[in-house]
Amino acid sequence: MYEFTYHRPTSLADAAAMLGRSEEAKLLGGGQTLLPTLKQRLARPSDLIDLGQIAELKGIREEAGGLAIGAFTRHAEVAHSDLVRRVIPALADLAEGIGDRQVRNMGTLGGSICNADPSADYPSAVVALKATVKTDRREIAGDDFFTGMFETALEPGEIVTSVTFQKPDKAAYAKFRNPASRYAIVGVFVARFGGEVRVAVTGAGPSVFRATDMETALAGNFSPDALNGIKVASDGLNADIHASADYRAHLVTVMAKRAVAAAG
Amino acid sequence: MANPNGIGASVRRREDARFLTGRGTYTDDISRPNQTHAVFVRSPYAHARIRGIDAGEAMTAPGVVAVLTGADMEADKVGSLPCGWQIHSKDGSPMKEPPHFPIARDRARYVGDAVAVVIAETREQARDAAELVMVDYEELPAAVTSVKALDGTAPLVHDDVAGNLCFDWHLGDAAAVDAAFAQAAHVAKLDLVNQRLIPNAMEPRAAVGEYDRATGEHTLTTTSQNPHVIRLLMGAFVLGIPEHKLRVVAPDVGGGFGSKIFHYGEEAVVTWAARKVGRPVKWTAERSESFLTDAHGRDHVSHAELALDKDGNFLALRVATIANMGAYLSTFAPSIPTYLYATLLAGQYKTPAIYAEVKAVFTNTAPVDAYRGAGRPEACYLIERLVEVAAAETGIDKAELRRRNFVPASAMPYQTPVALQYDTGDFAKNLDIALPMVDYAGFAARKAESARRGKLRGIGFATYIEACGIAPSNVAGALGARAGLYESAEVRFHPTGSVTVFTGSHSHGQGHETTFAQLVAERFGVPIENVEIVHGDTSKIPFGMGTYGSRSLAVGGSAIVKAMDKVERKAKKIAAHMLEAAETDIEVKDGRFVVAGTDKALSIGDIALQAYVPHNFPLDELEPGLDEQAFYDPKNFTYPNGCHVCEVEIDPETGVVEVVNFAAVDDFGRVINPLIVEGQVHGGLVQGIGQALYENCVYDEESGQLITGSYMDYCMPRADDVPSFAVQYHEDQPCTHNPLGVKGCGEAGTIGASAAVMNAVVHALSDLGVTHMDMPATPERVWQVIQRHSHAQAAE
Repeated sequence: MYEFTYHRPTSLADAAAMLGRSEEAKLLGGGQTLLPTLKQRLARPSDLIDLGQIAELKGIREEAGGLAIGAFTRHAEVAHSDLVRRVIPALADLAEGIGDRQVRNMGTLGGSICNADPSADYPSAVVALKATVKTDRREIAGDDFFTGMFETALEPGEIVTSVTFQKPDKAAYAKFRNPASRYAIVGVFVARFGGEVRVAVTGAGPSVFRATDMETALAGNFSPDALNGIKVASDGLNADIHASADYRAHLVTVMAKRAVAAAG
Repeated sequence: MANPNGIGASVRRREDARFLTGRGTYTDDISRPNQTHAVFVRSPYAHARIRGIDAGEAMTAPGVVAVLTGADMEADKVGSLPCGWQIHSKDGSPMKEPPHFPIARDRARYVGDAVAVVIAETREQARDAAELVMVDYEELPAAVTSVKALDGTAPLVHDDVAGNLCFDWHLGDAAAVDAAFAQAAHVAKLDLVNQRLIPNAMEPRAAVGEYDRATGEHTLTTTSQNPHVIRLLMGAFVLGIPEHKLRVVAPDVGGGFGSKIFHYGEEAVVTWAARKVGRPVKWTAERSESFLTDAHGRDHVSHAELALDKDGNFLALRVATIANMGAYLSTFAPSIPTYLYATLLAGQYKTPAIYAEVKAVFTNTAPVDAYRGAGRPEACYLIERLVEVAAAETGIDKAELRRRNFVPASAMPYQTPVALQYDTGDFAKNLDIALPMVDYAGFAARKAESARRGKLRGIGFATYIEACGIAPSNVAGALGARAGLYESAEVRFHPTGSVTVFTGSHSHGQGHETTFAQLVAERFGVPIENVEIVHGDTSKIPFGMGTYGSRSLAVGGSAIVKAMDKVERKAKKIAAHMLEAAETDIEVKDGRFVVAGTDKALSIGDIALQAYVPHNFPLDELEPGLDEQAFYDPKNFTYPNGCHVCEVEIDPETGVVEVVNFAAVDDFGRVINPLIVEGQVHGGLVQGIGQALYENCVYDEESGQLITGSYMDYCMPRADDVPSFAVQYHEDQPCTHNPLGVKGCGEAGTIGASAAVMNAVVHALSDLGVTHMDMPATPERVWQVIQRHSHAQAAE
């Protein structure tokens, strides 16, 4: 690590002010990506602003039939929340499958979505569950939040405070893990809201995307068989030593079917 | 069993309380007063000329004590890291042995090759300054893969090594093999790759160098499996420090798997630099450095052919292998694809004629050397895949084909056509035990049940034999070893009857402090808690060749037995004197010294006290004290062997392979501690499964950059990747030539498992027409194989 100045503000306003004072300052959530990056000297922030002491960023509440989850809520808290389990069990399942126990005990919802790692799990839930991302300045529709690989709609200095997820009639998340890192090579979140179905795919592309052909097919017949023969195009999908674009495209269909089956 | 903690008892590891509560002392735990910290500047290029190094800015950075380069080492006449084994090519010429300097001088030859070292007050200051060292590199084209490096057009890793060929070696009778192939009713052929692996010990390498100006003594504390070997190699060949002025300590070491056998440049640098800067110098590798610079393992490309007669009897085996040595010869690198590989190509079979050719090649990659199994997994994988191909092609059941060709127990000792003489082994018995463990007869029903769930099921065998207990020094010397391969021990009884045992073996996870203590407890009836095992310090241990090749118990344990023999002989004399009996009447029963036919007896504690307080002692015949040393040089290798059977289920939609059942039957000779043996087998099996399904060291074939340089891309097996193992051993075939009858268990799991898993994978895919696929059988690779063969079948 390079040297940096560590801050631990107790209010959102203080955090925002600190962030505004330096272009090289960074926010620290659970640190599950940022700290390894710093240890490898791949980033050199002047200041690190730890959001862990800000009460207004924490907590899970029921809101408008769905869930509002504070940005600094750790994955393990979502996974083990009775409220999440009751309202959107698929979201608890997703959180329970992130990384490993150590990662889940530290990593946060806000940290995950702001980092916008193409293989992170949460972005699929944000899109499939028609979420709204709330910041200290505004509300951003989940559909508009992720703009590219490691890129979001956030402006410089903007801080995510919470995410509200809508409650689906049925939903499930199915993930195919990278055997080494156990990040998602492909993760598919399927959610049904009445006659509308959302299929959000993470891991496969540079950023989360919706598989609209699958959504249409499932809207008419919410069963795995409805996806027979429907494939996303492999053009533009990610490729690495673990999975080619073709394999990822194939896995999207497989995981989508499994998610639909799990959603019941 | 007289002693509840004696031979055959599953004594829990005495060292574990220390390790599990964080109270071990590893090299990185050691900090000396006034210590400095070293950080290496490493080449970002696979191949580059070093045109110059500007350390000016780095030298003025905060806390910097020194920036040292290869030129500084050259000025101090520091030598090249020596290679401990010399191979001769077919034409009699010695292998090419280009220099391997601790810090590169004019050229960097792999990504991670050290080009300078920064020494500073703190590690972070050294890291900061290392980024300020300006190295003027001229990037050169790189030779990355072994096959391409040999093609005659590849860039030369070393200018004076033509064609990058280190040696072109062979073993066996080519004419006899040709003749047998001419008579064959069937020939099975196979091309296969045994992929490169990265060892990944839990503890990264580390070293602390110290120099005492008052005495002129150097001390190196290092993460080594064999501190005496490091003292010899570094002292005599690299730094020119005589043994009596060089102490090498390997304290608690957190895993080695072979990667900590070798003498690494960093050890020489911290020892040399400590004197130069006049302060202790400490270096601890980061995990990224471990990936880049720990000696890697395996990396063979082979073609193999097996000739069979019409009844499925093996007539001859022909093997051609290209072995990647990496950029430089690591300490034992040349011995691995030769005498630890080709000599094992007979396997468990009575194949009468075998011929193997091995080309060793330099590439712009990290050096390759011994990694758990070291040559023997490569041999086992090749033979056992080839046998399975032969079974499939001839239609003979794969268990039956093996049984038909086993060297029968009645033929022991058995001279193979590739130099080794097996002493004992009952291979058919291993198979007989294994088959019901996996319900071989019930496989078809299980496969049908899997098919109903849309899954593909396969079962695969691997029978293995390894040459361990390395090695008879005269034999090893004749084959090119530049060192002896005995082991030493000292058994020191203290006046009140407790014992300190000094062993030249080194424990870095094997449990010596327990197993070796059991030997003493058994022999002398001493409570195990009164026995201390000391290892890993050249200032305490008479001498040592260290731990590798499953040799600790067979060689190191035998040395302890020899020392105990001497203790017993002397103790008998003392007992005879004390009990006023003839020495010939003294018998040792359950650790007590008894006058035959009487109830007169002494414990070893009574005798030890008299030995050190010799008031009633035969001083005119014997010296006081009870402290004996012994060296043991083995008469032959030991030959652990066994039969592993693996059953897998494959999800054809994703290509995921699940190991659903695994049985290992092993013959390790006599077993001292069954609990530790089982643990060794479990760990070995996971490592072997790791190679088969997960692990793969990948370099970019053009740039030579290490792509799998972290756990994000290098896939280690996890606990949830493996099933509960069914493990059995039998003790019916003890080793005939060491006093304990032991064979060694450290590598067996790794040797058998990869072949068993891959045979099961290929079997599961065989209905699609698949006859082979290379390791690792990752989900995408399996899926691609299924796609290709499904399309081929659909097209027919």
